[in-house]
Amino acid sequence: MSFLNNLINGIGLGSVYAIIALGYTMVYGIAKMLNFAHGDVIMVGAYVCFFASSTYGLHPLVGVLLAMAVCTVLGVVIERLAYKPLRQAPSLAVLITAIGMSYFLQNAAQLLWTPNPKVFPAFFTLANPDGTSRTGVDLFGGQLTVRFTTIVNLLVCIVIMVLLTWFTGNTKMGKAMRACSENKDAARLMGIDVNFTISITFAIGSALAAIAGVLFLSSYQTLVPTTGSMPGIKAFTAAVFGGIGSIPGAFLGGVLLGVIEIMAGAYISTQLANAIVFAVLIITLLVRPAGLLGKQVREKV
Amino acid sequence: MKKFLALTMAAVMSVSLLAGCGGNKDSGKLKIGGAGPLTGGAAIYGNAAKNGATIAAEEINAANPNGLQIELRYEDDTHDPEKSVNAYNTLKGWGMQVFLGSVTSAPGVATSVEANADHMFYLTPSASSTDVLGGVVNPLTGTVDVERKDTIFQMCFVDPNQGSASAQYIFDQKLGDKIAVIYKNDDVYSTGVFNSFDAKAKELGLNVVSVTTFTEDTQTDFSVQINDAKAAGADLLFLPMYYQPASLILAQSAAAGFAPKYFGIDGMDGILTLEGFDTSLAEGVMLLTPFNADSEDAATKSFVEKYQAAYGDAPNQFAADAYDCVYAIYQAATKTGVTADMSASDICDKLVAEFTSMTFNGLTGEGMTWAADGTVTKSPKGMVIKDGAYVGMD
Repeated sequence: MSFLNNLINGIGLGSVYAIIALGYTMVYGIAKMLNFAHGDVIMVGAYVCFFASSTYGLHPLVGVLLAMAVCTVLGVVIERLAYKPLRQAPSLAVLITAIGMSYFLQNAAQLLWTPNPKVFPAFFTLANPDGTSRTGVDLFGGQLTVRFTTIVNLLVCIVIMVLLTWFTGNTKMGKAMRACSENKDAARLMGIDVNFTISITFAIGSALAAIAGVLFLSSYQTLVPTTGSMPGIKAFTAAVFGGIGSIPGAFLGGVLLGVIEIMAGAYISTQLANAIVFAVLIITLLVRPAGLLGKQVREKV
Repeated sequence: MKKFLALTMAAVMSVSLLAGCGGNKDSGKLKIGGAGPLTGGAAIYGNAAKNGATIAAEEINAANPNGLQIELRYEDDTHDPEKSVNAYNTLKGWGMQVFLGSVTSAPGVATSVEANADHMFYLTPSASSTDVLGGVVNPLTGTVDVERKDTIFQMCFVDPNQGSASAQYIFDQKLGDKIAVIYKNDDVYSTGVFNSFDAKAKELGLNVVSVTTFTEDTQTDFSVQINDAKAAGADLLFLPMYYQPASLILAQSAAAGFAPKYFGIDGMDGILTLEGFDTSLAEGVMLLTPFNADSEDAATKSFVEKYQAAYGDAPNQFAADAYDCVYAIYQAATKTGVTADMSASDICDKLVAEFTSMTFNGLTGEGMTWAADGTVTKSPKGMVIKDGAYVGMD
C-alpha cells in the first residue's frame, strides 16, 4: 500500500512537471530556443491568479483566464523585446538573454509583490457534510489518499497534450509552426510570416505557463517570486528526458521524473533523491541522446 | 530610436557612477553597517532585520538629540557568501565602525572571518550557526572545527542550544513517544539544530523513529517524508526549519490524513503571518522562540505598532533580534564612552570588554548576558498556537 501511495504521489508531482514541460518543449520545438524565463512566466501567472481570487475575490476560473491573458501578453512582449532582435544572433546569445529575462522577472516580482511568501488558495476541494473540506479521495479505508490536484493535473495535462498535437498537426497555423521549426528561411520563401508564427508560439507557450502556474500552486501552495525557478529547471529536465520538442515526450518525461524522484526518496534515501533523478537522466541520455521519444536525427555527412 | 536609447542609457549609467561618489563626509554619527538578503529567496529575513534595526536607530536618535547619534546603512548580500563579503567591504569603504553582521548563516560565516581579521565589532541578529562564532565544539565529532573569532557575538540562540533545548523540552513535558524529524540538509541552520537535537535525544533516550531530509531544490513535495513518519507511527513531528517549508509540510500532512503533534524552533515564527495561510493547519503547533509579536508587554507592543505602521506587516523574530542588536550596541557604546570619531578597532576593544560583562534587557529576552565565546544566554519561550495566536506553554 505504501508503494501505491508513493506511486500516486510521484504521479502527482510528475504531472506538475509535465504541465510545465509542455510549454518548454512547445517553444523549443518551434522557435528552437530554450526559454529559461518560462518558469518565471509561471510565477507571474500564479501571482495574477492569486490576486484575482484572494484579493479581489473573483471566481478561480476568472482568475485563471485573467492569468492566461496577462501571461500571453507578457510572453509576446518578452519575445518582441528580448528575443526578436536576436533572431540572427548565435543561439548562445539568446540563451543568456533568456536567463537574464528570468532574473529580471524574479526581481521585478520581488519589487512589485515583496518577497514575503503568500499561500495560494486551495481550489480543488470538496465540502464534507460536517462543514470541513476535503482535498482528496480516501481509498481502502484511508490507507490511500489521492489528492484532487493530482487528478486535475493529469486530466489537464492530457487535454493540453492532445490539443497541442492536434493544433500543430492539423491547423494552418500549426503547419506554419512546423515549417518554421524545420527551416525558417525556406518557410519564409513559402510565404509564411516567421516572426508572427514565433510570436504566436510564445503566446500559446505563455498561456500554457499561466495554466501550469495555477495548477502547480494549487498543488504546492507557497508562492514567492522565486517559485518558478526550480520547477522550471526540473520541467526542463523532464522535457529533455522525454525528448525535447516532442509533446508526448514532455508528458512522459514529466511523469517519470516525478515518480523516480519520489521512489528514490522513499526507497533509497531522501538525501540522494535528486542525485538519483539526475543520474537516471544522464544514463537515459547516454543510451538515447534525443530523449525517450525524441526524433533521432541522423546527420548526413 | 536606438541611438536615443543608447544615449539615455549612457547618461543614466554615468549619473549612477557619480552617485557612487560623495556622501563620504564625516557625519559625526556612529556608523553602524549591516548586511543581509534584501532581494532573492531569503529577502524576507534581511528586510525584516533591516526594518527592525532602522526602527531602533530612529528611536535612539530621536530620544538622544544631544547624545551619541547613529547612522545605519544596510547592504544587500542576496544570501550569497561572496556577495556578503562585497557588501562588508562596501560598508567598510563607507566608514563603518560597528558591524551589525550578516542576517543569515552562510554569509555570516564569510563576513565573520573578514570582520575578525579587521578587528571590527560584529553582533549578528540571526546568523545562528556555530561557525559564525567559531570555537564551538561540534557535537558529532567533539572537536572544534573553526577557531574562535574574538570580535563576533550573536543576538540569537546558537543552533545547538535550540536543538538540545528542544529535545530537553520534549523529554520533560513528555510530548511524544515516537518522534519523527524532517530537516533541511543543505542548510547550516537546520542541520546544526538537528545534530544537537539528535545528540541530546540519544542522551535522554528519546525514541526517534523517522529522520528524513529535503534540500532547497526539493522543498515543494514532502509526501515521501510524511509517508515515512506516518508509516513509523510517529506521534510527534520535530521540524527544525524556517516556516516556509514548514507551512507546506503542515498542509501536505493534513491532506495525507497524518495528524501528529508538531514541534518547531524559532524559524517557525512567522507562520501565522503568512499571507493566505490557513491558520487552522497550525493549530496546536508548539515552538521555542525568543520573541512573540502578540506579547502584551509595553516594549513589544510599541515595537509591533511602529513596525506595522511603517512596513505593513507584523515583525518576526529577525526584526526583533536586529532591533535588540542596535540597542545592545548603543547601551555598550554609551556606557564605555564610545564617540563617533573613534576608530573601528578602538570601539571593538571597548565593546568586546563591555559585552562580556553587561546585562541587557530587550524584546527577545530579559537579563541577556554574553559569554566570551560570543553566545547569548536567554531563555527560549515555549509557545503553542491556539486559535491562530501564540499562547505561552508553561
